[in-house]
Amino acid sequence: MASGSSEVEEEEQERVMLRDRPEWADVTPVPQDDGPCPVVPINYTEEFAEVMDYFRAVYLADERSPRALSLTAEAIHFNAGNYTVWHFRRLLLELLKVDLHEELEFIERIAAKNSKNYQIWHHRRRVAEKLGPDARNAELQFTKKVLSVDAKHYHAWSHRQWALQALGGWEDELDYCSELLEQDIFNNSAWNQRYFVITRSPFVGGLKAMRESEVLYTIKAIEAYPENESSWKYLRGLYKGETTSWVNDPQVSSICLKILSSKSNYLFALSTLLDLICHGYQPNQDFRDAIEALKIPDLDSQDLDIASMICSILEKIDPIRVNYWIWRKSRLPHVAQ
Amino acid sequence: MVTVCNVSFMAMFTFKMGELVTDKHVKYILSVEKRKDDFESVVMEHLRMNGAYWGLTALDLMGKLDVVDVNEVVSWVMSCQHDSGGFGGNVGHDPHILYTLSAVQVLALFDKMDLIDADKVTNYIVGLQNEDGSFSGDMWGEVDTRFSYIAICCLSIIHRLDKINVEKAVKYIISCKNMDGGFGCTPGGESHAGQIFCCVGALALTGSLDLVNKDLLGWWLCERQVKSGGLNGRPEKLPDVCYSWWVLSSLIMIDRVHWISREKLIKFILDCQDKEKGGISDRPDDAVDVFHTYFGVAGLSLLEYPGLKPIDPAYALPVDVVNRIFFKK
Repeated sequence: MASGSSEVEEEEQERVMLRDRPEWADVTPVPQDDGPCPVVPINYTEEFAEVMDYFRAVYLADERSPRALSLTAEAIHFNAGNYTVWHFRRLLLELLKVDLHEELEFIERIAAKNSKNYQIWHHRRRVAEKLGPDARNAELQFTKKVLSVDAKHYHAWSHRQWALQALGGWEDELDYCSELLEQDIFNNSAWNQRYFVITRSPFVGGLKAMRESEVLYTIKAIEAYPENESSWKYLRGLYKGETTSWVNDPQVSSICLKILSSKSNYLFALSTLLDLICHGYQPNQDFRDAIEALKIPDLDSQDLDIASMICSILEKIDPIRVNYWIWRKSRLPHVAQ
Repeated sequence: MVTVCNVSFMAMFTFKMGELVTDKHVKYILSVEKRKDDFESVVMEHLRMNGAYWGLTALDLMGKLDVVDVNEVVSWVMSCQHDSGGFGGNVGHDPHILYTLSAVQVLALFDKMDLIDADKVTNYIVGLQNEDGSFSGDMWGEVDTRFSYIAICCLSIIHRLDKINVEKAVKYIISCKNMDGGFGCTPGGESHAGQIFCCVGALALTGSLDLVNKDLLGWWLCERQVKSGGLNGRPEKLPDVCYSWWVLSSLIMIDRVHWISREKLIKFILDCQDKEKGGISDRPDDAVDVFHTYFGVAGLSLLEYPGLKPIDPAYALPVDVVNRIFFKK
């Protein structure tokens, strides 16, 4: 280090082209097969093309060496989507007996810029699989980090579900879901994960055992934001396989009534009430009063039965799905009112 | 009065809904196919087989497949095949089920099915089915319902569907069904329109749609339509043109497409066009790419936008190509 100069970050160091590196002097790069080597004005592309030309050389020669390993790292830095490079890297990791904990760190660095990439996640899984239960905390931490940037990240959730099932760590997962829902009650991925935990965690008594507490939790969420599709779906899901329990649970019908009476964001309250009626629920006068109090203009007063009235209202307040609500009306059981 | 009566249906339609600038999109797709030097194409070179399928199918839907050099494309496709029977994303790339399907689809577009060694491709795919009925993407073992669809679609096209364990394949897909009626990538995975397309498509191609709760799923799917008319892939996410395909084709396969607003979706897709340079983007005013151009055109075809060839929702190939596969002697 020259005296007086500041420390240079790794990324800011002048990158040396492979053709200028003595340790690569013995290798002839292999250009892309489907065209002549292009003369490109953009430097970045030239560097990238060169890395790939050298990669092709070691790949075709099946050279499994430390320099090949670092070359795959360079290639991945340029393009984390190239699955052939990742494959070759895995072969090298195996042969060269690389410390897989370090590999996890490498993946994390790459993921920082490329998280929406199937290859990275698949590679991470292969490495974590090899490490086994040792990798448990690392995987939960890693996915948590990614989710802290994008709480709906599909790959991260998929990986997290795999990690819980393969490596464990279920104990804190329900709390983690609650944390995320506190940040964004509309996060459908977090609701899905909640369902995943209560139905599959070996530490929890199963759906039926969790139903009571989960219903309370969900009703609170619905009260706070009745326009939240996820919370209503979750409530329904808590009674999976037991529709009668769902229909007969007074908490379900009363939350519908409560939201209707508030006259605000009542679309899902109405559709849930409709579903209840279609499964045999018989609403009392309070429901009728609440619906009339909505004072929906131009409502066809010929609709004497409450279910038809609900469908008519939904046709009006959810016009983009008018055909769906018309169909629902056509399928109503003919209940005498 | 006379002038008004003479206005053609086409003119009325485009006046009301906006115009699909077909020629610009054709030019755009061809320019992407030719480009090999710029950063975007170098970064995408490993999935060129997918890109070829997107670009060529879009061209065919617009009736312009003949502007492409068949022999050049076909010989390139065949050069991507490995001894295992699988195809790589480009020359010098490892085989993967993703590119195997795209390769077979591209050959089908050009009516070059006779070039496919069906037994070889079948062997490759059969080897990727796991004990639980799921499919891996390649020898490295990634499992995802996308691969179930790909395996089933590919084998169906080459008339070898009976070579896999269909019952187990279907059982695995159903194990990925969620309480909201949708499907995820693996059991317990969040319902996602892309995964739903794959699962519903696979069930359609194996004659197993009776296992889908069509009313429940249909509602989940039509709930994807947001105020702007576009479709998202999950609750509370932004609309994206590619969902015009995945949500729409799923709705068609389960006979519930009338539950969305056709006009509003058409308008959304048309608004995603770059009317000067051609191409379609994920949402209005974003950068275009071949992927979204294909899905926008395919979505419009499903919506019966005039001037486009009809597309099969399960095979994701033009209907005349599918007919040729199954009815040609």
